[in-house]
Amino acid sequence: MKYFGLIWSNMWRKRIRTTLTILSVFVAFLLFGMLSAFELAFDGSNASIENAERLISVHKVSLINFLPIAYVERVRNLPGVANATHSTWFGAYYQESRNTFGQFPVDAESYLALYPEFTLPPEQEKAWLNNRTGAVVGRAIADQFGFKVGDRVPLTSTLWTNMDGNKSWEFDIEGVFEDSSGNGNSVYMLFHYDYFDEARAFAKGEIGWIIEKGDGSRPNTELAADIDLMFANSSAETKTTDEAAFAEEYAKQFGNIALIVTAILGAVFFTILLVNGNTMAQSVRERIPELAVLKTLGFGPGTILGMVLLEGVLLAFIGGVAGIVAAKWLLVMASKAMASTLPGGLTLNAQTIAWAVAFMFLVGMASGLLPAVQAMRLSIVQALARR
Amino acid sequence: MTAADVLVEVAGVTKSYQKGKETVEVLHGLDLTIPRGDFVALMGPSGSGKTTLLNLLGGLDRPTVGGITVDGQAIHAMSGGSLAKWRSTNVGFVFQFYNLLPVLSAARNVELPLLLTNLNGAQRKQHVATALAVVGLTDRASHYPTELSGGQEQRVAIARAIVSDPTLLLCDEPTGDLDRETATEILQLLQALNRDHGKTVVMVTHDPQAAEYAKRILHLDKGSLLEKAA
Repeated sequence: MKYFGLIWSNMWRKRIRTTLTILSVFVAFLLFGMLSAFELAFDGSNASIENAERLISVHKVSLINFLPIAYVERVRNLPGVANATHSTWFGAYYQESRNTFGQFPVDAESYLALYPEFTLPPEQEKAWLNNRTGAVVGRAIADQFGFKVGDRVPLTSTLWTNMDGNKSWEFDIEGVFEDSSGNGNSVYMLFHYDYFDEARAFAKGEIGWIIEKGDGSRPNTELAADIDLMFANSSAETKTTDEAAFAEEYAKQFGNIALIVTAILGAVFFTILLVNGNTMAQSVRERIPELAVLKTLGFGPGTILGMVLLEGVLLAFIGGVAGIVAAKWLLVMASKAMASTLPGGLTLNAQTIAWAVAFMFLVGMASGLLPAVQAMRLSIVQALARR
Repeated sequence: MTAADVLVEVAGVTKSYQKGKETVEVLHGLDLTIPRGDFVALMGPSGSGKTTLLNLLGGLDRPTVGGITVDGQAIHAMSGGSLAKWRSTNVGFVFQFYNLLPVLSAARNVELPLLLTNLNGAQRKQHVATALAVVGLTDRASHYPTELSGGQEQRVAIARAIVSDPTLLLCDEPTGDLDRETATEILQLLQALNRDHGKTVVMVTHDPQAAEYAKRILHLDKGSLLEKAA
């Protein structure tokens, strides 16, 4: 601790250079925080199928391939299945194409039975069930677009043409549901599959995916295997997994997020290593006579090595911590802005923060190592003679 | 002179450097004894080996042949780490160009050797204040080197050299960068440190007037001690 003042003063000998270096480290860790949060949002690898509340069966080939609606009943009748329902991607926007959120045609009763966390007042539920063109929206969507019960909302689907030959669909808002699970999933609109299936111009009798829940008598893995086995060698084979893996699969439509993030971060950290390393090398080169003076005064090789290394680590930590704090702050805003796209929100978990700290330490140590060894091995006589 | 009276004992010291393929011998079998409390001026032309000898006495370099004992400790046989530790407690250095750290205030420059001790912050502050008072710079403690004159910088350097209370002060051309008046002040300060505080001073100088402040003048020429003057 008693060397801290000396290290701190040395670090700021060239204020502009140090500030710029810290800024570049700051940007690197800001990117790290933001991209890691996105990767986490799309990552279902942490979830376990055994602990999953619900299972989801999709077409084995891809999410964009449909399944026959008859599959739902077959799954429902499978031993060990408590209930099953279905959903389909509607893909529409409200007024402008940037106003995109999730809309799903569902079988209302079985869907609500499988998602007890979606709660809406009984009179609204009843009104929805009684209105074929009725829809319910999550609280977040209602707040975002100002939807209220009684509104007639036109949506333009980017995928589904109706029997009239256009892509404009109208729905009556009959209720606003809350997500009592606390997972922020009130970002959808649900409407009747029957209305959708009757009105759409193609793919009648088909659904996007099946959602099922076990009755607890059989392990989820066994249940999932049995469902897939039931449809093996059919024209629409299934792949059954848990909800988190399903979300990950969905995200992969946009590309391998993890690989993209890793590649970007790899380039960022390599660059930052060069920037930090260059600053440290210049800084040490400039004060070789001063380091020789310190050695003359009795500062041992180990102390000199430690001081230069700490300086590199300090540079990385100042920029890094600031970057992570800024990322955390920006992610709060991004989560609000992207609530409809990423309902789980964007967060920095403990593991990401631990990795960030480890990277700060590594960047600091790696960038300071060569200059530190150079300083440690410095010949006092030769260095003083250079003055 | 008893063994206890001897502070520095240089015995048969030769120092050679490798210059490309050539070996250059700077000091040739030097013998020298410096009693405790002495003030020695080392004079001689450029390249005579004065600074090399000073570096050897301060443990900044090692003799190629021979041995150096300071206060009973054979410093030529010490490891790098031990030698650094020995320097921090036994020797104070004063350089021609002051060699203060520009990023530190005068007080923090003086404090540097104390960072290597077990003194706490308050104790270090006390020692720094005393050292700055000895060199007459109490009111300049918070000034940075760029805010001080050459003479004041050298005083700070002297305060840094004495703050850990070493027995031996090694000064390499301490007045070489100063005007006559300031040089006189610095030399009087070194003389006072020798006379009043019992420091043994070895000073390399080109300046005969500066050498007159010493108790003894040693002449070095081509790596050999030529004469001893009272």
